[in-house]
Amino acid sequence: MTGRHGEVGVFKLALGALAIIAFATGALVVLPYFTLHGVEAPAGLEPYTDAELRGRQSYIANGCIYCHSQQPRDPSVAPDMARGWGRPSVPGDYVYDRPHLLGTMRTGPDLFNIAVRQPSRDWHLGHLYQPRAYSPGSIMPAYPYLFERRRGPAVPGEVVVTLPPAFARDGERIVATQEALDLTAYLLSLDRSYPVRTVTP
Amino acid sequence: MQYSVGVLLITFLGSLAALGLFLWSMSRGLFGSGEGAGRVIFAQREVGLVEDPAAGTAAAEERLQDVMNRTGHTGEFSVLTPEEADERAHLDASSRLPVLLALGGAVLWLVIASVFGLIASIKLHAPDWWVEQPWLTFGRIRPAHLNAVAYGWCSLAGLGIAIWLYPRLLRTPLVGSRTAAAGVALWFAGTTGGIAAILLGQSAGLEWLEFPWQVDVPLFVGGTLVGVALLRTLAQRRVPHLYVSVWYISAGLLWLPILLIVAKWPGIHFGVQQAAMNWWFGHNVLGLWFTPLGLAAIYYFLPKVLGKPIHSYHLSLVGFWTLAFFYSQVGGHHLIGGPVPGWLVTLSIVQSMMMIVPVVAVGINQHRTAHGHLSAMRHSPTLRFIVLGGMMYTLASIQGSMQSLRVVNTTTHFTHFTVAHAHLGLYGFFSLVMFGAMYFVMPRVLDWEWPYRRLIALHFWLVVGGFAVYFVGLSIGGWLQGMRMLDAARPFMESVTVTRPYLISRSVGGGFMTLGHLVFAVHFAAMMLRRGTRREGATLLRRPDRLTPRSAMPATPEPA
Repeated sequence: MTGRHGEVGVFKLALGALAIIAFATGALVVLPYFTLHGVEAPAGLEPYTDAELRGRQSYIANGCIYCHSQQPRDPSVAPDMARGWGRPSVPGDYVYDRPHLLGTMRTGPDLFNIAVRQPSRDWHLGHLYQPRAYSPGSIMPAYPYLFERRRGPAVPGEVVVTLPPAFARDGERIVATQEALDLTAYLLSLDRSYPVRTVTP
Repeated sequence: MQYSVGVLLITFLGSLAALGLFLWSMSRGLFGSGEGAGRVIFAQREVGLVEDPAAGTAAAEERLQDVMNRTGHTGEFSVLTPEEADERAHLDASSRLPVLLALGGAVLWLVIASVFGLIASIKLHAPDWWVEQPWLTFGRIRPAHLNAVAYGWCSLAGLGIAIWLYPRLLRTPLVGSRTAAAGVALWFAGTTGGIAAILLGQSAGLEWLEFPWQVDVPLFVGGTLVGVALLRTLAQRRVPHLYVSVWYISAGLLWLPILLIVAKWPGIHFGVQQAAMNWWFGHNVLGLWFTPLGLAAIYYFLPKVLGKPIHSYHLSLVGFWTLAFFYSQVGGHHLIGGPVPGWLVTLSIVQSMMMIVPVVAVGINQHRTAHGHLSAMRHSPTLRFIVLGGMMYTLASIQGSMQSLRVVNTTTHFTHFTVAHAHLGLYGFFSLVMFGAMYFVMPRVLDWEWPYRRLIALHFWLVVGGFAVYFVGLSIGGWLQGMRMLDAARPFMESVTVTRPYLISRSVGGGFMTLGHLVFAVHFAAMMLRRGTRREGATLLRRPDRLTPRSAMPATPEPA
């Protein structure tokens, strides 16, 4: 008797456990898959270029997502718009995003529209090299490994970072690597100021 | 808005109906047996006898027994016969290889993960420290910390304890010890590869899913091998009832591979849908993997140390099914205010609140079991960690439910408050329970005493004190950060500056925790090297005078 009773227990346990995970997967994975599958890119949104995609990989590799979100919220929830972070994002804005980079932390500001607030490549390069040169009090890490310190005569084609005088060193110039240029290209692509139809959830 | 309210109402009623159905089927005995099952972890007349191999000496375990006798749970007429003790020693020996591998690997990852965590913490208030090397940048060390904790320390510790528990819970020697050991080794290798990938900049980019999918293959195969060994043991079990810990562990081992496959399958997820999937995974790996393993350990060690069956076996099953049902749908609360369908978030908020049901079920059960015997904690290191861990489970879960409410979430979302909360769950609850379980298990596995009892106390106070500083400080800092961020009149930078003292306090607390882990690791290594004294007296199951030939073991242990 005991054996049979046990068998039924194991079978029911497995069945119940599978049914529950199937239900949750259906609700949180499969349903969103079908409801969001047909979403099209808004007219003003361009696919990323190759350089921007390389920069996006660099954004992932260096973990920008652990401090920066990419999802401005509705004004009824939080003053994201008032901070200049842009209108509330809609699913269509993310059509070209694989993987998604919505983020869960705002140790630093939201970056979904950073190109609107900071359209200057020079600013971004300098800020990546030394955030505190531009934003006193910032706790963002410096990324000197995305740059090279060079001396001697200038090489044609190199992109030299212009730092504020207090942070520049005589006889040395800071040259952006290709990765820094790509990452900046990606940051400058983050502009979702085009109009979208507001959908009611 | 109307639509959201409708969904809210329907899911709420649906959940209540499901809960009612579970309760009804439970009362009809459809989901398991009655109170007898609660005694299945004891030998025939063992109830009343304490067991804590970490107590140190026979005299110490005697004091623990005295406390229980005095607090109204006498073991005066209880016995563990030499045959039963011998059988148990055989069971414990059957899982030695995989358990040692898993727990040894877990301790190694614990130390590595703590160092990563401490570096990441310091970098948040010293942003120009160690910036020349890409692998040391905050954005790589931080996910390396999380993954080393989750897949290295927590998963390996949980697997090790699960492998050790199965033979005891099923009164069956582990079938396929080498299969399980190979599984553990693969898991370790996969974790190593994943951490290396993150540090080298090859992260897959999703939180909790940073390992590239190629690295998840050995994890998947390794977990499956462990599952196969446990399943074969389950098939040969010699107990009349499946104890609730078996339910938790078996279900966890069934759920994890499903989670991994759905989440990591290359090429199917996109944009916002991927974000929903991300948090379906991120929360289910906590709720359907770590929580079951942690609760399985509490449900075994709490009654076993006290020598007293769990207060209500039925309640533990209610807790199991409600946890599975409600917890599996809470992930969407990470996307409140985000660009996801409103019904999804609403569903998750409702189920987050419903989580109070399983949490209260577990909490009442633990409380009623330990009630009146709390002074036993003084004599049992295992109990000290397990009871505190159990309390942290209740706290973390209630806090989690509250944080899912829109009013609270608006402030805490995107802040360090959430980080503190995550540590209350995975550290305060899970890690403390694992410490307690390991203190119990290791002497049984190695037939050796913990060499330096004072190191256990030092470990306890360092991690508990350190964690208190960590949690309180970071919670306050995170809340203030959220308040500043919501106030559009203040510049964003104020939300950064306000956290700095609290980020520093987090490093201090984390430093003490790391120190505690080093103490634990040193003690663990000394144990493996068999420093200190050989075990003696009552804490030793397999005394020479108790040894009987294997063939003399009773064929089928009688049901209690």
